[in-house]
Amino acid sequence: MSSVATEQSPVHGTSHGEETGLWSWITTVDHKRIAIMYFATATIFFFVGGIEAMIIRLQLMNPEQNLISPEFYNQLFTMHGTTMIFLVAMPMAVAFFNYVVPLQIGARDVAFPRLNALSYWIFLFGGIYLNASWFVGAAPHASWVGYATLTSSQFSPGLNTDFWFISLSILGIASIAGGVNFITTIVNMRAPGMKMMRMPLFTWMTFVTSFLLITAIPVIAVALIFLGFDRLFGTVFFNPTMGGDPVLWQHLFWIFGHPEVYILILPAFGVISDVIPTFSKKPLFGYPIVVYAGILIGFIGWGVWSHHMFTVGLGPIADSFFVAATMIIAIPTGVKIFNWLATMWGGSIRFTTAMLFSVGLVAVFTVGGLSGIMHASAPVNLQQHDSYFVVAHFHYVIVGGAMMGLWAGLYYWFPKVSGRFLSEKLGQWHFWTTMVGFNLTFFPMHFSGLFGMPRRIYTYSADLNVAIYNQLATVGALIFAVSAVIMVVNIVKSWRSGEKAGANPWDAPHLEWSIPSPPHHYNFPELPNVQSREPLWNAGEREQILAVTMGEAKEEPHMPNPSYWPILLAASITLAWALVMTGVWWIIALGIIPVFFCTLMWGLEPAFPEGH
Amino acid sequence: MGAESASAGDALDPEPCLSGVSHMHAKPITPTRTDVLRGWTVPGALLSLILLLAGCGEEYPQSSINPHSDFAEIIHSLYVSIFWWTMLILAVVWVLLAYVLVKFRARPGDPKPKQIRGHMGLEIGWTVGPALIVVAIAIPTIQAVFATQRPLSEDALMVEVTGHQFWWEFHYPEEGVTTANELRLPVDRPVSLRLGSTDVIHSFWVPKLGGKRDVNPVVAVPDGQEPKYNWLFFTPNQTGLYMGQCAEFCGEAHAFMAMRVLVETEDEFQGWIQEWQALAPPDEDPRVALGQDIFLNQSTCVACHAIEGTSAVGLLGPNLTLFGQRTTLAAGIRENNQENLVSWIRDPHGMKPGAAMPGTTYPGGNWPATNLSDDQVEAVAAYLLSLK
Repeated sequence: MSSVATEQSPVHGTSHGEETGLWSWITTVDHKRIAIMYFATATIFFFVGGIEAMIIRLQLMNPEQNLISPEFYNQLFTMHGTTMIFLVAMPMAVAFFNYVVPLQIGARDVAFPRLNALSYWIFLFGGIYLNASWFVGAAPHASWVGYATLTSSQFSPGLNTDFWFISLSILGIASIAGGVNFITTIVNMRAPGMKMMRMPLFTWMTFVTSFLLITAIPVIAVALIFLGFDRLFGTVFFNPTMGGDPVLWQHLFWIFGHPEVYILILPAFGVISDVIPTFSKKPLFGYPIVVYAGILIGFIGWGVWSHHMFTVGLGPIADSFFVAATMIIAIPTGVKIFNWLATMWGGSIRFTTAMLFSVGLVAVFTVGGLSGIMHASAPVNLQQHDSYFVVAHFHYVIVGGAMMGLWAGLYYWFPKVSGRFLSEKLGQWHFWTTMVGFNLTFFPMHFSGLFGMPRRIYTYSADLNVAIYNQLATVGALIFAVSAVIMVVNIVKSWRSGEKAGANPWDAPHLEWSIPSPPHHYNFPELPNVQSREPLWNAGEREQILAVTMGEAKEEPHMPNPSYWPILLAASITLAWALVMTGVWWIIALGIIPVFFCTLMWGLEPAFPEGH
Repeated sequence: MGAESASAGDALDPEPCLSGVSHMHAKPITPTRTDVLRGWTVPGALLSLILLLAGCGEEYPQSSINPHSDFAEIIHSLYVSIFWWTMLILAVVWVLLAYVLVKFRARPGDPKPKQIRGHMGLEIGWTVGPALIVVAIAIPTIQAVFATQRPLSEDALMVEVTGHQFWWEFHYPEEGVTTANELRLPVDRPVSLRLGSTDVIHSFWVPKLGGKRDVNPVVAVPDGQEPKYNWLFFTPNQTGLYMGQCAEFCGEAHAFMAMRVLVETEDEFQGWIQEWQALAPPDEDPRVALGQDIFLNQSTCVACHAIEGTSAVGLLGPNLTLFGQRTTLAAGIRENNQENLVSWIRDPHGMKPGAAMPGTTYPGGNWPATNLSDDQVEAVAAYLLSLK
């Protein structure tokens, strides 16, 4: 049954012994295929969000320009932020969770394969639904934080904000399902001997991130439902004229929003905690400390939300508490940086593109972390908040941190996915254009912010004298755009004709490198027995594991059935939410019927082939 | 009156950031960045230089690192000290990183590196070190949090600031004065700004006079309870005209919600208050008289605008009393002159998309087009500019 040839795969991106064709992708429950779909979709949205950013940069290139209308501008930055966070940074991390985590822990799939497919389809439909707003001329326009009362039906009549709160509600379902899935997978499906404290850091950070997902997303779900009721059914949660409180929205949003920042950054920390040891030929320095630091960041991440709200007027006692909590969270982050440095210290460093992006993260993220300490100081925050200084800060953290880490992961794991290397030459171009373009775009924003340029403004007075910083940023953005094109060219070219890669092309220590590239659709013919943190670096253990993992399955493992219910359930959930827009209760009620039907059919479908 | 507008005009010109000498009313001794940096001699001088080169000077009229009030100075000195701590950390990380990358790059024939798994002493060191720095930052931070959030004195000048989409209303309750988009304050006197909004969240930010504070919609409370407002407390310590703008995204014309703060001597300020209260009748220019008649009796202007001493008592739009004294119009986005005012009255949305005011040919907010002829618009503008 299982085709075997390790060195070639008939169709790239498909695993050995798996069916091909469009239908097989639509009905797949294979975590590796779902990962590829996540990555491809997130990359497309990356370009959508990028084009939005480019138009923003052109409009801001000179003071008092009128290339586009203020309303269109407001839609652009709202959609840019919403897209980049919910449709790019998060799902791209989830693509890596999907591909890598089961392989790293020695599992054949995730715990709930159909739920995993459901997460992907909901993400796809939610993203399409959000962007459909462009085509009816009603893209969201109240910024990605959607502060009340600007989102009320009084100040945002029309469908714009409906598209926003409904699509975020849809996307949240995907995230919660994904979080449940990965927690269950990591807790239950580790190979024999893969103790928690032997797990690779990427799996650890996925674990922490998944807890943040299932705890943070419900908070914004509640806030969005309040908002929906305010808009459609006349409740007054956020309506001050009726005793509601707009500041309540901000609390709910940031109780979600700050853990969200760690949802974005921890996966990147996980990636480079695997990449740096591999290319330094040394185990991670202070493994338990790095793990605990990640857990601690996750925990404290819950108690810092009001540092986004120092200007709101919460009073000196609340301000002081959140200053202290925010200062404390800087410590474990700093500890991680020093542990990465110590890992490289005394090593033998190979500058592959994956390593370059990891080192780039350490260099650039530190800048974002330190500007973060500046506005963690509440009084200083009163000057920097909502200025371009903050825009610089969070792009250093999210692009310089989260995205750099994911790009490191792309170059690191691509050979595992495709059986081929990404071109190192194009990779070098990708890295250096990213570094130059990114820094040229965002570093000058520190200055425009300090000189008084607020964020979210359609244009600015020439009197502010910040044109030069905006012009530098626009040039940087163009270079940055080129880097994104180079990345896609590299992926497409290398996918077809890249240099062949073996099972463990980087001489990396973890289990995902113990199986052929690309892996069998069942991953492991038999489950390996793990005895250490770097099983492939230990003579004896390595041979023992490879004997199991590189062999052939004695009999075809029983893998879950393909199913079309995930895509149908995802479509019906999206439809049900879209009908909320009508604001008519019985239409909304009707929309729930297909959801019930698909859920029922899903439940009746056998998950495994007959007889198992 | 002439002197008054001239001084406002002067203040628009750049004034050197460290001297303040060029300005007539400048305090002789004004704390500057150099004072703030005392105790940082070498790095302080270096930073001053960097900031001067990078332009801490008045060519950045909305700079957040060029303090002109006690509040702004507290923030700035805190910022400078944190800035140096972060530079220290950045230098340590970057130097170590550069050293590691050069020193430990792979060379052909490298032996397998020693497999070191950790070192408890080092871990404790790089946990405790940053923790101490963080404490060193947190203590003055929390002191400043409390110092900047309490009223400065009993006899502070109180101004009620109301944020509207997309303009600012300033009401001096004790003086009975209401103005818009240009706030006047006496130098060296503590100010209490009470901040509230009628629609969405705005944020009051005049960087040289201090940090921003959100202007939240006032939440309705049961009878007998006090509604909650935000406050800003500061004492401007240098005369001049300061630029500020709304810092919380508030809708379509958010970018056009600017303001000016004119800090003047106590005498000048009192003079302005008395003028406002006395209110000279408009001069004899027939065009002005025609404009007044149109404004008050032949148009919908008075539905939204008020002018003290006349029958115009509208509350929805900016109060236009002494409008001719203002240096800018449409919330700080254009110079206030006949030409700009005419184009504003004729076509407000052209200057400021999202403005609630109707134009001569199209409606705005809940109001129909004003249908004023070009001559009528000219007359109304002349009338408004005569109010000074």
